[in-house]
Amino acid sequence: MQLSRDDLVKAYRRMRMIREFEDAVHEEFSAGNIPGFVHLYAGEEASGVGFCMHLEDRDYIASTHRGHGHCIAKGCDEKAMMAEIFGRKDGLCGGKGGSMHIADLAKGMMGANGIVGGGPPLICGAALTAKTLKTGGVAIAFVGDGASNQGTTFESYNLANIWKLPVVFVVEDNGYAEATSSKYSVAGTQVDRAKGFGMPAVEVDGHDFFAVWEAAREAIERARAGDGPSLIHVKLNRYYGHFEGDAITYKAPGEVEEVKKTKECLDIFRKRVTEAKLLSDEDLDTIDTECREYIAECVAAAKKAPMPTEADLLTDIYVSY
Amino acid sequence: MPKKSFRQAINEAIRQEMERDERVIVMGEDVSGGAGAPGEQDAWGGPMGVTKGLMPQFGRERVLDTPITESGFIGAAVGAAATGLRPVADLMFVDFMGVCFDQIFNQAAKFKYMFGGKAVTPVTIRTMYGGGFRAASQHSQCLYPLFTHIPGLKVVIPSNAYEAKGLMIQCIRDDDPTIFFEHKMMYDDEVDVPDDPYTIPFGEANVTREGDDVTIVAFGRMVNLANQAADKLEKEGIGCTVVDPRTTSPLDRDTILETAEETGRVVVVDEAHPRCNMATDISAMLCENIFGALKAPIKQVTPPHSPVPFSPALEDLYLPNVERIEAAVKAVMNTGVVRAAE
Repeated sequence: MQLSRDDLVKAYRRMRMIREFEDAVHEEFSAGNIPGFVHLYAGEEASGVGFCMHLEDRDYIASTHRGHGHCIAKGCDEKAMMAEIFGRKDGLCGGKGGSMHIADLAKGMMGANGIVGGGPPLICGAALTAKTLKTGGVAIAFVGDGASNQGTTFESYNLANIWKLPVVFVVEDNGYAEATSSKYSVAGTQVDRAKGFGMPAVEVDGHDFFAVWEAAREAIERARAGDGPSLIHVKLNRYYGHFEGDAITYKAPGEVEEVKKTKECLDIFRKRVTEAKLLSDEDLDTIDTECREYIAECVAAAKKAPMPTEADLLTDIYVSY
Repeated sequence: MPKKSFRQAINEAIRQEMERDERVIVMGEDVSGGAGAPGEQDAWGGPMGVTKGLMPQFGRERVLDTPITESGFIGAAVGAAATGLRPVADLMFVDFMGVCFDQIFNQAAKFKYMFGGKAVTPVTIRTMYGGGFRAASQHSQCLYPLFTHIPGLKVVIPSNAYEAKGLMIQCIRDDDPTIFFEHKMMYDDEVDVPDDPYTIPFGEANVTREGDDVTIVAFGRMVNLANQAADKLEKEGIGCTVVDPRTTSPLDRDTILETAEETGRVVVVDEAHPRCNMATDISAMLCENIFGALKAPIKQVTPPHSPVPFSPALEDLYLPNVERIEAAVKAVMNTGVVRAAE
């Protein structure tokens, strides 16, 4: 299977859209315009997009606290997302979830999650639904290197394998769980851990969209064919802190700058497609401009959007009570 | 009308809902039993036999034995509910909530609210609670107050087989996450239970006895003890109203307040640990709303603030019983409130 020109445009647009979104959120948070906790996905775009390019609305993903990128990759509406992060009434979740709980089940996005390791059991459930109702859908659990140490994650590896569920576990390893290096916190390797559960696993360079896309294709096809779960260990880097406000003193001086210079996923993508003459610099520049302008529109709209009111405080707790 | 046990009533409710709706599945540790084993299949039907016979009828695709992995399978039930199934998950003993509570109170309970109303999570979690089985500290607790505390959850505590069938069917058809508490000493207790499916709505208390002197509010198995106490006291000339709220969330505040106001004397019977339990919750609600109508201080009949002991000698001392309820009723009858205005 090959990526068409339209696919390439779509993939690049989504990656660039995520970057613009996250940069804008960073700026607005720094200016004091966004309340609460925010965790940014900038630098990791090739992973979320590389996987979600293979998915349809009937397929589910469960995300992490670093969820904006997965949302955009899965097709959530950026304007509604931005309004949500600003706590507005017409946000994607009515202003009741915010950055850490942003979700759109109609798009198969089961939510960012404030609990590290909260997603994998849920995604086993989504896969069980797909299997039981024969929807043909697959389910992807994104976890970080932090959640890779949670019991819920291991329980889900086991459950997905004994029930042969259509699941892909994606360990997005940005090297740091909060302020602690995965070199310290992870025993063994992600791939060996998966193999311990009898599940195929590969490691992939998460800065390279094409590498992710290819690994994702194989794992998702396998899941869709009913051949059970697999794991992909995606090595990548985050550009911002664990959360906005994190001074990132635990990283080596110049560490992030070096990554940006040598492993920038958007640059790698551009180089590949322009060298192969699949897209031109002008094509990509146009997308860059469009995304920047659109995200600026999203921010402006979010700032103008109304806040929820007291009438919204006690709605949506139950279906009936 | 045929007599059925608490066990049979719950089994029948689940079976009838599985026949009605193919989205209903059952999952949990040994809900069938024998998976992958060389011997008998459907060997257990749950540790108390409640789900016996479901696997042979509906197959292993809809009756799933899980590994002992509560976070994993309760979470999977929650995720399945959010994506289109209506799972009935068996958390064998409520004491095991400690190894899966996140998936219940941070995930299932909050999806609807956090996602701006767009999620429905129709999961039913059955769980066994309560003392008297000599099952000691980690298999005897009640813990329903902990679930009642969480907005987004509904908490159901049936007091007999009739109630259990109607409330279980309501749980399965309900679009919110529900926790269904089964007292482990009640499985063999029989009452009349209709064969046809029926539902009992949540948040509507059942008044099981009516009397003029004292209102007894009791939960789950304690309703039966309260009824026995009321019957004995009736013979002594003390009339008791017994209120079974059926669900602690939603709670039928109106019936409790009205019956308490009528008698002016209240005993609350709760098998849960005494701090921050249903007895304290209801006592506070009464004081806040009908303080002026109370003729005596409210009495709470609960266990002491202690883990559940193992030794029968100790557990019998620990648990509320009919005698303690009778004594509490007599105590509120004999205590007067001196009112300056009267």
